Amino acid sequence: MALSIGARIELWASKKAAIRAFFAARTVQEVSVPCVMPAPVTDPYIDVPQAIAPDGRLLGYLQSSPEYAMKRLLAQGAGDIYCLTPAWRIDEVGRRHRGEFTLLEWYRAGFDGAALRAETSALLQILLQCPPADEISYRDAFLQHLGFCPFQASDAEIAAALHQHLNYSDPLSRTGALQWLCAAVVEPQLGAQRPVFLTHYPLDQAALARGCVHQGFPCADRFELFYHGVELANGYHELIDPIEQRHRFEADLAQRQREGLPQVPMDEALLEALPKMPDCAGIALGLDRVVMLAAQADSLEAISLFSHP
Amino acid sequence: MRAKITSGILIMANYSTNEFKQGLKVLLEGDPCSIVENEFVKPGKGQAFNRVKLKNLMTGRVWERTFKSGESLEGADVMDTDMEYLYNDGEFWHFMATDGSFEQHAADAKAVGDTVKWLKEQEVYIVTLFNGAPIAITPPNHIDLLVAETDPGLKGDTAQGGSKPATMASGAVVQVPLFIEEGEMLKIDTRNGKYISRA
Repeated sequence: MALSIGARIELWASKKAAIRAFFAARTVQEVSVPCVMPAPVTDPYIDVPQAIAPDGRLLGYLQSSPEYAMKRLLAQGAGDIYCLTPAWRIDEVGRRHRGEFTLLEWYRAGFDGAALRAETSALLQILLQCPPADEISYRDAFLQHLGFCPFQASDAEIAAALHQHLNYSDPLSRTGALQWLCAAVVEPQLGAQRPVFLTHYPLDQAALARGCVHQGFPCADRFELFYHGVELANGYHELIDPIEQRHRFEADLAQRQREGLPQVPMDEALLEALPKMPDCAGIALGLDRVVMLAAQADSLEAISLFSHP
Repeated sequence: MRAKITSGILIMANYSTNEFKQGLKVLLEGDPCSIVENEFVKPGKGQAFNRVKLKNLMTGRVWERTFKSGESLEGADVMDTDMEYLYNDGEFWHFMATDGSFEQHAADAKAVGDTVKWLKEQEVYIVTLFNGAPIAITPPNHIDLLVAETDPGLKGDTAQGGSKPATMASGAVVQVPLFIEEGEMLKIDTRNGKYISRA
């Protein structure tokens, strides 16, 4: 039963209205950020389209998230802010992926991961009429669904799991193998009854989250949200140390070099802003997928206003 | 299928994971396969991959494989062609193209497989050719076949349920209503082997 265009428009509009009401009640202010930015993310596995002038000049990169722009606002004392914005990825197309999609991203000064997870759960309950979210650590989720500890298992044990579950035997880094097993085996089983936050990723999957120690292992204070096996959000207790951030950017660029991936500039404006940023937590929620779940659909096709892409 | 002819030699294109659409024919471990399903997966952080189900056209088995997104496979020169069944010479089953070319192909027992029980002269089948040789024969969904052997019909029992086995002239054994007699022509669904009606 396909939704009519009218029903799709109404569904999207009602979710956006609910989001704006939610944040208005909490005095979190809406901001708009540029779609074209001087630098993209350095993550070797995220590529974005470039904006090119008719004469061939590179004008900038379409953003994969409003994160860098919003952090620059935070550093200038913006306070609590949210943003509803399009975001882009190249070559990410599937049932749950679009080259252009809509993100809801927000930042809360003084919040840690736990406080932001509680707020996100409250918002999701409104958007999906679902129960409050649970949480499970990355380590416990692996123990439960794969039977090994991601920090202590031997490389051979991880390779065997990769072969067993994904029928994949080519070489893959330890981190890469854990990421694939998490996405293919753990995540689809998360949130069957109620939304679940997966917390405390290994430190080498920190992205822009600060480090912490959890269950005795060095972790990233990063979390993702799942409901009915669908990844909905990714949040951090934000890293505000510019030296550590520069190291991570450089490590990303070095990996791009090793793997023959395109080199990209580092966002110097972000690095400059980081030391002025307040202690805060932030999260990006994929609105397309939330609307998809609200429609009880299992493909973005069912709720898109425009057909592919 | 994207392929180009260079001085008479067919060069098959390579297909990247994001071109893996249902029904695309590719080579995996030397065997021609048809893509059944292709699911794109992107970890929150890390390299994207595709979980792909492929039907091996030589064996009929479905393989589940994982590829890094962007990896590619060589296209397989696989063609489905309508052909009329001619005869069996004891070793091969002979088919002739219905496109006016009168091109003939001999299929071995492996290619014919289970379809052998649905073979009827002058009927048109889909012959799957890999590098020009038959690897699979697909019968039409519905086929009219003669009843070669069945227990005598029960008069008057036309409404109530109940069935009996009947051996068709092609060799297939089909459950038919009790009133069916030897020598009758029946319409059969080859996909589930079920009786549909009298023809």
